[in-house]
Parts: sequence; structure tokens; C-alpha cells
Amino acid sequence: MQTTALIDYGSGNLRSAEKALRKAAEALGGAHEIIVTADPETVAAADRVVLPGVGAFAACMTALGERAGLVAAMEEAVRTRGAPFLGICVGMQLLATRGLEFGETPGLGWISGDVKRLQPTQSAAKVPHMGWNDIRPETISDLFQHMPSPQFYFTHSFAFYPEDPAVMTASVEHGGRFAAAVERGNIAGVQFHPEKSQASGLALIGRFLEWKP
Amino acid sequence: MLKVRVIPCLDVKDGRVVKGVQFEALRDAGDPVEQALAYDAAGADELMFLDITASHEGRRPIHEVIARTADVCFMPLSVGGGVRTVEDARRLLLSGADKISINTAGVENPDLFAAASDAFGAQAVVAAIDAKQVEPGRWEVFTYGGRRATGLDVLDYARLAVERGAGEILLTSMDRDGAKTGYDNALLRAVTGAVTVPVIASGGAGQVSHLVDAVKDGGADAVLAASIFHFGEVSIAEAKAAMAAAGLPVRA
Repeated sequence: MQTTALIDYGSGNLRSAEKALRKAAEALGGAHEIIVTADPETVAAADRVVLPGVGAFAACMTALGERAGLVAAMEEAVRTRGAPFLGICVGMQLLATRGLEFGETPGLGWISGDVKRLQPTQSAAKVPHMGWNDIRPETISDLFQHMPSPQFYFTHSFAFYPEDPAVMTASVEHGGRFAAAVERGNIAGVQFHPEKSQASGLALIGRFLEWKP
Repeated sequence: MLKVRVIPCLDVKDGRVVKGVQFEALRDAGDPVEQALAYDAAGADELMFLDITASHEGRRPIHEVIARTADVCFMPLSVGGGVRTVEDARRLLLSGADKISINTAGVENPDLFAAASDAFGAQAVVAAIDAKQVEPGRWEVFTYGGRRATGLDVLDYARLAVERGAGEILLTSMDRDGAKTGYDNALLRAVTGAVTVPVIASGGAGQVSHLVDAVKDGGADAVLAASIFHFGEVSIAEAKAAMAAAGLPVRA
């Protein structure tokens, strides 16, 4: 039995992420236990870590920091032990060095780069970027093999612009091209919401549960 | 390329899906959870869940029903009806909603858009506007399920709601609601021209060509409909096929 710690820090999409993880785990035959937790010991010992997130970068970073020992436990599991990590939406953006949403907020800094407001070059592209969009593979990623569809659900006004473009495994076009997914070693993040992307989202979560980076 | 969304709307009263004709003469169209499951399987892009009588009766949304609905939806879910405070919004989001829709309370207190947007992000905050034409090219905002005139101009109010933090507008034409004669595309054109956030067309869908027109003529980013889907007149697949045939980007 493998454990996946879904980080509980008051994120709005926690319940949906939990449902989708359980559904994907069930489809894999029950070898995965999903634990919704903010307990540092549980997180530090987990085989996999998922960080959800919606809303404002600064608010999410503050909420994460307020849970005593949580960030250190995530560092222990992911950075020291190499447990596979998946950040979803703002959970992905928190990987950045800093967020430039309301002023400047330091992120986890696991993948260098900034989180900035979308500034579409064509006025037809509206912000928030809301709805289903096609992602384009940029590099080969195990996580995106055998997807039933390249369409995923996005809802965001800010995006992660990594310093090293090579970490961008998939991109999306909306008045300019930006990161739909990033990956470096055992650390992955997706800007879209797999927990809301029906079959393609559940397939991606299933790939993550089996991922051996 | 971003797809045009097809959004079935579940108008709910006392835990059951209903659909009003111009907000009156309600017909029962079933259980919300069953409907959500069916739409999830049919490939709907998003689901809108409106507790239509909440403000009128001074009730709070039925969180248990919403939670059960959200549990079977692996698609985005917007919820509205009786959202009056940031706490109301928080409870809905924690029940499993992705977006909360603010109608009457936003007119009475536009700062609610700012407070909700600061707490949850603009992408989670929808301004629901019930609009009625008062003269050619001018529409007025109505509240309390279409019962109360506000004297507010729809374009002014739409701009205000977005400026305060709404990330999307759900625009319902009261003149067309339940009439099945097509969306009010002049109203849609006016509002999509006035704001930079996505606009959902609502009120008036009677056949698939109306969905196409709302996007091509009205500039809508998404089309919402209730009765044509609920009573099986049009399937989600048929709606998307017609939109694709008209050259609109839709999700396969």
C-alpha cells in the first residue's frame, strides 16, 4: 500500500481533489491510500504528496506557512526523500521563487521562476482564462502519456513563468503561450484542474499515482 | 484554443430541479444529483446550480444537496442562490463548488465582490445579472429572482461588478427566459463589449442554432441552458456538433 498525502491547508478545491484522487486510486485497484492531512509526521512519511490550491498566491502561501512544520515536512518528503509531488493550480504556482500577485510574496522556490498576471496580447483573450483548452506537449513527460484527450479545464488569472524553459513539459495558448505543466525530477505541477477535467484529468491523476520519476 | 463552454443549469427549489417559464409556473425535472451524473457522463463542460428562490424566501442554500452533487461531478460547478456574505461563499466552496454566483447581494453591496475575490480569487466569483429591456439598447438590473427593479443600468452594473472583483458574468435575459426564442444577442453584445471577463449567455435557448448565435452574434464565451437539455429536446452532443459545424471551438 502506497500513501498519498493530500495537503489540507484550507484550499477551496480540497474536496474535489480528494474525490478525484480516490476515484483514480480505485481505478488502479486499491493499492493507493489517499490521506487528507496537515500533520507534519504523516506528510514527511508519505510516498507521494499532492498540493491543491485556488485563489490568491499570497493567501495560499500564508495558509501553508501557518500550519506548523508543514512546509518542512513537505521539504523532507519531496526534496530529501524524493517522493513524487504534484501541485495543482495555485499549488503548482507555489513552486515558484516568488509570486507577483498583490506585491511580492516568496514561494517555495523548488522551481525557479515568477508567478505573474496574464497579459494577453490579443484583446479577444479574456482574463480570467476560464474553460477547456488544448495543452501542447513541450517535452516528453511520463505523466502525460496515454491521455484520452489533450483538453483540460483552466481557471486562473496568473501563470507560472519558469526561469528555465526546459522545465515546461506542456504549454497552453491564450493570448500568448505559457506553462500548462512543469516538471523537474520528482516535482511536477499543472496549471489546469485535473480534478475538474473529467476523463483526461482522472487519467493524469492515475499516471501521477503510478509515476516513478 | 479556448473552447466555448456548454453549461446545463440546474435551477433548484426544495432540493429538486425545476425550470421556470419567466420565473413562474415551475415544472419538476428531477433530482439534482441524478441530473449532475447524467450531464457529467454526457460531456457537459460545466454545471451551474442555482437555488432560485433563496433570496426571496430568505433561506440559505442547501449545502448537503450541493455537496452530494459536487461529489459526483468531475467537472466545474458553479453555485448561486442566496449568497449574501463571504462566509456563505466559503461554505459553498468547501461543499465542493468551484465558483460562487452573486446576484441580489452584489447589487445591494458591491463590496461583496471585492471581499469574495480577495478571499477566493476572481476566478471563483461570478456576477449573476438578471436583465430586462427598458428601451431599445438599454437594460435594467432586477433582483430577488426578477421580482424587484433596481433602476440600475446593466452595463454600468456589469462594469462595477468586474471592477470590484467578479471574474465572470452570468447574464440572464428576463425577457427571453423560458421563451425559447433565442438569447438576447443585443444585450450580450453590449455586455461583452463593456467588460473584459468571460460572459455566460442565459435565457432564451430553444434550439441549437440559438447557442451558435449567442456566440457568433452576441460574443458570449459560454452558453447556458436548462429546459432544452433537461427535457431531452437537445443533447449536449447535438449542441456541440452544431456549434462545431458552425466553426466554433468546442471540446470533443
